[in-house]
Amino acid sequence: MNPIGEKYLRKKALPFLWCPGCGNGTILGATVRAIESLGIREDVALVGGIGCSGWIPVYIDADTLHSLHGRTLPFATGLKMSNPKRKVIVFTGDGDCLGIGGNHFIHTARRNLDITVIMVNNQIYGMTGGQVAPTTPLKAKTKTSFYGNPEDPFDACELAKVAGATYVARWTAAHALSLSRSIAEAITHEGFAFIEVIAQCPTQAGRIIYGTADPARLLDTLKAQTVSVKSASKLDAEALQGKWLIGTLHHDKGKTEFSRSYFGMAGPRGGKPAA
Amino acid sequence: MNHEKSITEIKILQGNEAVVEGALAAGCRYFAGYPITPATEIAELMSERLPPLGGVFMQMEDEIASICATIGAAFGGALACTASSGPGISLMQEGIGYAAETEAPIVVVNVMRGGPSTGMPTAAGQQDIIQARAGSHGDYEIIALMPSSSQEAFELTYRAFALAQHYRVPVYVLSDEIIGHTREKVRIPGGLRPIERKHPRERENYLPYKAGADDLLDGMPAFNEGYRLLIDGQLHSEDGNRAGHLPDVCAQLTERLCRKITGHREEIYDLETHFLDDAERVVVCFGSPARPALRAVKDARDRGVRAGYMKIRTIWPFPEEAIAALAGKARTLIVPELNVGRVVQEVRRVTAGRTEVVSLPKLGGLLHTPDEILAELMKRRRP
Ligand SMILES: Cc1ncc(C[n+]2csc(CCOP(=O)(O)OP(=O)(O)O)c2C)c(N)n1
Ligand code: SF4
Ligand SMILES: [Mg+2]
Repeated sequence: MNPIGEKYLRKKALPFLWCPGCGNGTILGATVRAIESLGIREDVALVGGIGCSGWIPVYIDADTLHSLHGRTLPFATGLKMSNPKRKVIVFTGDGDCLGIGGNHFIHTARRNLDITVIMVNNQIYGMTGGQVAPTTPLKAKTKTSFYGNPEDPFDACELAKVAGATYVARWTAAHALSLSRSIAEAITHEGFAFIEVIAQCPTQAGRIIYGTADPARLLDTLKAQTVSVKSASKLDAEALQGKWLIGTLHHDKGKTEFSRSYFGMAGPRGGKPAA
Repeated sequence: MNHEKSITEIKILQGNEAVVEGALAAGCRYFAGYPITPATEIAELMSERLPPLGGVFMQMEDEIASICATIGAAFGGALACTASSGPGISLMQEGIGYAAETEAPIVVVNVMRGGPSTGMPTAAGQQDIIQARAGSHGDYEIIALMPSSSQEAFELTYRAFALAQHYRVPVYVLSDEIIGHTREKVRIPGGLRPIERKHPRERENYLPYKAGADDLLDGMPAFNEGYRLLIDGQLHSEDGNRAGHLPDVCAQLTERLCRKITGHREEIYDLETHFLDDAERVVVCFGSPARPALRAVKDARDRGVRAGYMKIRTIWPFPEEAIAALAGKARTLIVPELNVGRVVQEVRRVTAGRTEVVSLPKLGGLLHTPDEILAELMKRRRP
C-alpha cells in the first residue's frame, strides 16, 4: 500500500468490492490526494449513494455516511446545514444522481449549497448488473434495453449548470491528476460544485456496451472520446460530435451560497449558525 | 442557544403549534419539511421560529428529501425533526428504516388524516398506527407517542426528543387533524431544559455500534468531532463496517434493534388511568378519541356503571403488561379508534381471550361522540 493509501484507507472496510480495473479506485485515489493537499481530513463529511460508486467514501477513513439510493444530496444538505463549516463531499453514480435522485440534484444545485458532488458516470447501473441508465448512449444494448436504448442520455454537466451549480467540471478516470486538482478546486469553491467523472466499468458497461472488459482498452476509448475545453474552441461542431468536453466547464464565483444566504437573512443572530 | 424560560407560561395553541413549542423547548434546531394538510402549520411556524434561534428550517423538494435531510442533520449534531401527514409519511418510509437501522435520533410528527392515498386531507384518522410501527421494510422497532390535546402535543413532542436521544431511535408523534387544529390552553412549564445529547464515555477505540448490556449505544458523537464514523444502512459490525457476510452479526443486530425498544418498554410506557380500582368495563383509548371517552366514562359512572379509563400515550412499544393486568380485573375492554379496528387486535392478542374486547371503530373523519361510547358502556351492563 502506498503511503497515502496507508494513511487514508479504512482498513476494516477492505477488501474493495470493486472488480479489477474498475474506475472507482482511481477516483478514490484522486479524492484522497485532494483532501491531503488541502489538509482537511477532520473537516470532511463524506456521503455515498448506493451503487458501486457509492462505496468510495466507505473506504476513506474519515466521517462517512453511506446513504440510500438516490438520496445523497438531502443527507448532505442536513449535514452541511447543521454545521456549515464542514466540507461535505458526495459520491454518487449516474443512476443514483440523475435517475432516482434527479429531483434532489436539480434542487440542491439550484440552492447553490456549498457541497462537492462527484458523480461517477459509467453509463450504466453497475451494481445491479448492467441495466440501462439515464446516461446510457442511444441505441446501446444493456440488460434492460434488449433491443437497444430508445432514450437519449442526459448531459449531466449541462443539467447541473442550468439548475444553478456554480462549479461544473468533467474528467475521466484517465485524467487522475487533473481530476484530483479539480476536486480540490471544487472543495475550495464556495457553492454547489459538480464534477462528472466518466469512468470505465469493465464488467458491465465494458462488456455490454463497448464489447471489451479490458480496462486499458476502455481507458484508451475514453481518452479518444474526449476533447479539452481549450481545444474545443478551435474545433467545429462536426469535429465535436460525440465527444466529451473535459475540464472546468463553468465557474461562477459571484452567486451567493445557500447557507450564507440563509443565515444572512435569519433573525437577530446576525447570520451566525447555532454553535 | 439556550431557550430555557424560567416562568410558566399559559398559551392558547392549536396542537400543531404546541408541537413546535415542545420541539423548540427540547432543543430542536433543524427542521426539514414539505407542505401538507393537516400538518402544514408545523412547517410554517418552524420557518418563523427557528431562524432567530440560530436553527435551520428548510422546505425541501419532497418528503423523501425532508426525512433524509433530518437524518443528515442528526448525524451532523442537531436535534432534528420533520412533520407530515399520510402521503408524505408514506414517502418517508425508506428513510425511517434507515434511521432505525443506523440508530439516528430523529422525531417524525404525523398529523394523521383519514383514508389511504390522498384520502381525506382535511379530516382526522388514526389509520397510520400500524404503519408507524412497521411501515418500512425489514424488522425494527420504533417509539410512537399519541397526544390527545394541545397540552399533550407539547409534552409528548418534548419527550419524543428525549426518547430519541436516549434510545437512539426514530420517534413518532402520532397526532391527528383534530388535535392538530384544536386550539386550547397549554401550560408551558418554566425551567424546561433542552435535551442534551450524550457523548460517548470512551473516545479511544470507540466503536459506534457497540451496545452495552442494556442494548443501548454509548452516546452519540456527531460528524467532525474526531471519531471518523462510518454510518451505513447495511447491517454492520460494531465498528460500522458492513456485515452481510456474517450471519450471526446481522441476526444479533436485527434482534438488538428490536429488543432495545421492546426490552425497555416498561420505562417507556406512559398511561393515564382513572377509576380503574373498581372498574368492570374499561375504555382503552389513545389520541383524539380519548377526549369523548373520558366524558363517556364519567357519565357512565354517574349512571352507576363501574366504568374505567385507560389512555395510552405511548402506543409503541405497546403497553402489554398494563393491558394484560386489566384483563385480570375488568370484564370488558372497549377500544374506540378512528380506523377499522387496528389497535383492538393488539388488545385481543395481549388479553388472550381472558376478557371481552369490544372494537369501536369510527371512519369518515368524525370523532366518536361521548354518547356513542357511553352507549357501549351501558349496552352490555352486567348485574
Ligand atoms: C430504492 C432502491 N431502488 C433500487 C435499488 C437497487 N440498486 C442498487 S444500486 C442501483 C444502481 C446503481 O447504479 P448507479 O447509480 O449508476 O451506480 P453504479 O453501480 O453504476 O456505480 C440500484 C438500482 C436500491 N438499492 N434502492
Ligand atoms: S460493476 Fe463496473 S462499476 Fe461496478 S465494480 Fe465492477 S467494474 Fe466497477
Ligand atoms: Mg452507474
